[in-house]
Amino acid sequence: MQNYQELEKSSNTKKIIYRWILFIILGIFALYYITPLYVMIVTSFKTMEEIRQGNLFAFPNSINLESWNVAWNGQGFSAGDVYLKTYFWNSVKLVVPAVIISTIMGAINGYALTKWRFKGDSWVFLLFLFGTFIPYQAILLPMSRTLGTIGISNSIYGLILVHVVYGLCFTTLFCRNYYISISDEIVKAARIDGAGFFKIFFKIILPISAPILVVTVIWQFTQVWNDFLFGATFTFGKEAPIQVALNNMVLTSSSVKRYNVDMAAAIIAGFPTLIVYVLAGKYFIRGLTAGSVKG
Amino acid sequence: MFWLKRNLPRLVIAPSFGVLIWFVYGFILWTIYISFTKSKLLPKYEFWGIDQYFRLWSMPRWHVAVENLFIFTVLFIILCVFIGIILAILLDQKIRAEGFLRTIYLYPMALSFIVTGTAWKWILNPSLGLEKFAIDIGFETFTFDWLVTPGMSIYTIVIAGVWQSSGFIMAIFLAGLRSVDDEIIKAAKIDGAGLIAVYLKIILPMMRPVFMSAIVILLHLAIKSYDLVIALTAGGPGISSDMPAVFMTQMAFHRSEIGLASASAIMMFLTVSAIVVPYLYSELKREDQRN
Amino acid sequence: MATLKINELNKNFGITEVLKGINLDINDGDFLVLLGPSGCGKSTLLNTISGLETINSGEILIDNHVVNNMEPSDRDIALVFQSYALYPAMTVKKNVTFGLEQRKTPKEKIAQALEEVSNLLQINELLERKPSQLSGGQRQRVAMGRALVRDPKIFLFDEPLSNLDAKLRVEMRREIKKLHKRLKTTIVYVTHDQTEAMSLGTNIAIMDQGKIQQCDTPKNIYNKPENMFVADFIGSPSMNLIEGILKDKYFMPKGSKDIKIPLNEYAFKVNINEERPVYLGIRPEHVYFEKVNSNCFEINLRSELVEYTGHEQIITFDYSNQQLLGKFSSTIDIQMDKDCNLNLDLNQISLFDKDTRGRI
Repeated sequence: MQNYQELEKSSNTKKIIYRWILFIILGIFALYYITPLYVMIVTSFKTMEEIRQGNLFAFPNSINLESWNVAWNGQGFSAGDVYLKTYFWNSVKLVVPAVIISTIMGAINGYALTKWRFKGDSWVFLLFLFGTFIPYQAILLPMSRTLGTIGISNSIYGLILVHVVYGLCFTTLFCRNYYISISDEIVKAARIDGAGFFKIFFKIILPISAPILVVTVIWQFTQVWNDFLFGATFTFGKEAPIQVALNNMVLTSSSVKRYNVDMAAAIIAGFPTLIVYVLAGKYFIRGLTAGSVKG
Repeated sequence: MFWLKRNLPRLVIAPSFGVLIWFVYGFILWTIYISFTKSKLLPKYEFWGIDQYFRLWSMPRWHVAVENLFIFTVLFIILCVFIGIILAILLDQKIRAEGFLRTIYLYPMALSFIVTGTAWKWILNPSLGLEKFAIDIGFETFTFDWLVTPGMSIYTIVIAGVWQSSGFIMAIFLAGLRSVDDEIIKAAKIDGAGLIAVYLKIILPMMRPVFMSAIVILLHLAIKSYDLVIALTAGGPGISSDMPAVFMTQMAFHRSEIGLASASAIMMFLTVSAIVVPYLYSELKREDQRN
Repeated sequence: MATLKINELNKNFGITEVLKGINLDINDGDFLVLLGPSGCGKSTLLNTISGLETINSGEILIDNHVVNNMEPSDRDIALVFQSYALYPAMTVKKNVTFGLEQRKTPKEKIAQALEEVSNLLQINELLERKPSQLSGGQRQRVAMGRALVRDPKIFLFDEPLSNLDAKLRVEMRREIKKLHKRLKTTIVYVTHDQTEAMSLGTNIAIMDQGKIQQCDTPKNIYNKPENMFVADFIGSPSMNLIEGILKDKYFMPKGSKDIKIPLNEYAFKVNINEERPVYLGIRPEHVYFEKVNSNCFEINLRSELVEYTGHEQIITFDYSNQQLLGKFSSTIDIQMDKDCNLNLDLNQISLFDKDTRGRI
């Protein structure tokens, strides 16, 4: 039998060492994640001269806003000059309606699927659920032909349609999974009180849906804002959304690479979603996990 | 009136359901059909058999794409899950700065793959990025030019992809860890199990469903990965970092090979289905048992 | 104030028959309790009465009008739910008046009804609160208020007390009883708690496997169970059921041919002459040490186990490898593992056919 005092002492030291190892590992990972953002920010404030002279991690000599101006407004002398202002607003015009429409439809679908069960409803749900997994390459060609037929190819309206259609699977899934946890008895009580399908939705279900609506809106906002595939496939030129413009900008800067401008542009393109993440991280994570742990 | 009342829920779902059937399942069927035709620039509806699939699988470029997808998927999943679990377990130790650290680990998930690719393209830049930094601080023979080296560029996509997605895997594992019954951990500790044993022998085996979800999601992300490749390497140098998703859009919109593009899209669709269908089946069965 | 009649009601969920040929006749002012184990169909039956579930065949009549296809809101019933089902985003006041507003009741009338109900249930103080700010008992009151305020023909209760703690449950039980005494409304009340059923109901319908096993007054249910399911389900601990043979008005327990229990005074439902396998049922409280009346049967059994519950003790005796439980006052001192002389009160026994499991 070991001495109690010794045991007490040795386990105490062990604990402290554990703690330190823990913090060191966590710290190293934090550096791994934060470094690219740091590099982006410092690079965006440097001049090209500084970039060529100094190293990646060096602090800028002075805060140089020129590259931000170029990224946002363009240089103003070249016709083929790509800058973000127009495309940023394209994305805003795209995101707002796409998010609102798909969220509303998702909420009503989720409500109907959980609170007004009908024959075959689980099959309907299954089809929506599977829809969240399909690789979009399998629908790109017919979609581009359909947009052409309707006459909304290469337009924000076309993109709104695309994002509503393919976002619907996710919004329906989110809302369905939330509403299924709400007691059915509330709906029964309201039916006995004489309220119908829509009245129950608007007066009773919607007022308690804030948590899931926030999650759904954030999810859809991030998806639509960050989309590149649909934007690149269905639009070109001045109609493109921001991610497409960012990619074009990085690719087309003709002879001289302007890394500072690229970084400023990347930050601008990532800014809205980053802000949402910082302000509503809790809901953001909930959306991610809700989208992952299905059923 | 009575009929309307009884069928209102169906009527409400009907438009969305119609959209789903048409734009998802109808379109997939269309693509499947086109993959059996000779379509080039425009769709031709004359049945041609499975020749497009033969063409596809005899193309060296497609083999490169599939091989790259395999490398990327395996590394991406292993690294994301490994990092995700480690971070989740470490964060689960009642760390004071947990909220702050979690925010840092997860923020890349808010950024698009295009932004991610742009940033990493700059960091991995052979002349001015990491390589120059290493040389500047004294490692004069240091070279890091994967981005422009055929055969290596695919690994840069892994690096950026893991950076973007591993925090997310951490989040779902952390949620899983938090849902483990505290009393099980207490019981194990009283039984004399050390912290590492508790995690390896008791908690991680309990997280099988979380592993499953994580792997399915990562697989699905990997197979769909398009943006990141475009932004980081554009499939290059040459076609050395090509992936099926990139291949498909190339064939469909630049090479006027609609039939071939459809065949490649259907290969992707089948791969995803082969993973997702059994997964969904087991998930739904589990839910059924719970009810 | 209304009557409720149910004729040959059937209800299936897919291929599973949930309710099989239910018949019920409830008079104006009756308090009918539907009692049964979980999954017996009692809640489904309640839901068909309310109109929340459709039926496959049969008839439901409220005040002699068929209501089979009527919407729940048109049946003039009110339902109090197990989870209370208060609307989370509305205040108590809104919760209570929502139904009246849906029916376009004039404002003054609503105010008046609200006032009456909140006085009756003492929820005046709570009117501006949200459900999340209420305790379990308060939620229960509000849920009842929401039902009462409409002054419906029939009240339906779906296990309304099962989410309350034991003490509050007894309190609320008494209040529901008082309320019924005062309002004299027809009530159908679902529960799985037999004490609740016994103390509240004017009639109890015992259900199992989608059928009504017995519908009678609490006293009859307890004393004259119609079949072995009812005998076993009601009472705690449940009735002793001793396997044996009925022959020449004697009961002979299995495995002990020398014991013959005379059944001269038993009120047989039908005349039985031939020998047949039966069960003899006797409640633990009808097992005594002393001879309590002239119609007692004396028997010598070995005591095995005592369970002390406070005011009572339950003793397990060995009865030729079957068990016999006896319930005694805790003041009596009994030694274990000893042979005791017991008296079975034959006025209180029930006999069941082994094959049909019905009372004979």
